[in-house]
Amino acid sequence: MRLAGLLLLASGWAIVLAAFVMLSAVGPRTVFVAAGAAIEILGLALLARSHVSVREAAR
Amino acid sequence: MTPPAPALSESATVLVLACLLAVPLALAGLALINAGLGRSRSASHALLTALCAVSVAAAAYFVCGFAVQGFAGGAARTITAAGRQWNWIGAQPLFLRGLPLDGSSPSLILLLQLLSVALAALIPLGAGTDRWRLSAASASTALLAGLVYPLFAHWVWGGGWLAQIGFCDAAGGATVQAVGGLTALAIAWILGPRRGKYSSEGGMPAAIPGHNAVLVLFACFLVWTGWLGLNSAGAMLFGGAAPGLLVRVVLNTTLSAALAGLAAAAITRARFGRPDASLCANGWIGGLAASSAGCLAFHPAVAALTGVVAGALVVFTVEWLDVYGEIDDPTGSISVHGIGGIWGVLALGLFARSGAAVQALSQIAGIATLIGFVLPLAYSLNWLLDRFLPQRVAPEGERQGLDLHELGAGAYPEFVIHREDFLQR
Repeated sequence: MRLAGLLLLASGWAIVLAAFVMLSAVGPRTVFVAAGAAIEILGLALLARSHVSVREAAR
Repeated sequence: MTPPAPALSESATVLVLACLLAVPLALAGLALINAGLGRSRSASHALLTALCAVSVAAAAYFVCGFAVQGFAGGAARTITAAGRQWNWIGAQPLFLRGLPLDGSSPSLILLLQLLSVALAALIPLGAGTDRWRLSAASASTALLAGLVYPLFAHWVWGGGWLAQIGFCDAAGGATVQAVGGLTALAIAWILGPRRGKYSSEGGMPAAIPGHNAVLVLFACFLVWTGWLGLNSAGAMLFGGAAPGLLVRVVLNTTLSAALAGLAAAAITRARFGRPDASLCANGWIGGLAASSAGCLAFHPAVAALTGVVAGALVVFTVEWLDVYGEIDDPTGSISVHGIGGIWGVLALGLFARSGAAVQALSQIAGIATLIGFVLPLAYSLNWLLDRFLPQRVAPEGERQGLDLHELGAGAYPEFVIHREDFLQR
């Protein structure tokens, strides 16, 4: 779960990066940036959850 | 390539130097906050770790940090993508070789960055208070100051790709505050919570109050003074502000901190019946962190609004991370510097005077880089470090206190505050 979270964070950033490198129009760029940010939020939630679940298992 | 920073007049150079001389007060303040919000049995360890972190950060930045970061218009490596050159890393010589130390813009940038990287290095120490070994904290600081900070700072201030897409950060809301705050999050996750913080039966986490509120509140004044210098120097060197515009920088910085502190006081009074000293201090520092990115661009009313939101964000996220995230951050570094800094960066995009949509998109790209690149990088490096050099102190050391365990003497030998701390078992 931890690795998946980190990979999602990096993937979201890669989408944002690609949006700025490859798209010049503001509309499509905004959509891609929003998609990348959403994936990052998912990755952050997964990473946070992985640390809580480790402690839950230890209880 | 981004054009180099314009040469400053002699009077402007003197003014920047004067501002830089105030920044160590912010370092002292943050170190005192880390000590005051920790346990009494780890107080001198907290201050010594801060001193070591500043030393290691300065050394690492001198050896390779500045080479990686560089400055706008200096040597850098680029890659070509979609028909455009993207600047991604500085290529200055190691050990500052060839850099003229004569009051030129690059030499002033070097000084500001040396102090900024030391400030960023102090932020994760707060999240590791009471359980982070001195040697591991020093090694982790070397990674932050030698690689993570300079790389991101190059992208923002060294003419890197974030600067190329229009990302703005006048005085370090992203490069210093958010980088430090996200590294603090990585450290808090890797170290885990202090013993006794979360019960094995679940339920609410135990409150472990700081041992000296006076230190913490006094430190707020020191940090404020240092921040005025930090924001002013950053606005002149990275924002191109004329000396007269420092009036706006100082006003915005102060308004943001003041309103954030008031917001924290009002919210804690409404929720708990009386203002909470440590959360008010956190709110104040959160307001300062939020002021950094837009201290030059904001109208004073916007700076005040940014401060109110920062103060509210700090109060609610400190509790949220503690209760629901199970993240033990004794000094609130993640909320204060991470979330406060990111909010300031976003506010600069939201309240931009012209081209708001484009500016907001650039600011969001910067935030996405912080969360999608800086956080995983800091986490991975510290996780690897933990494999070779365990970062957390042994359970016996945590019970005994880091002062006795790692330094051999307590901070307050004449006062037995917690008798059980010193009992042999």
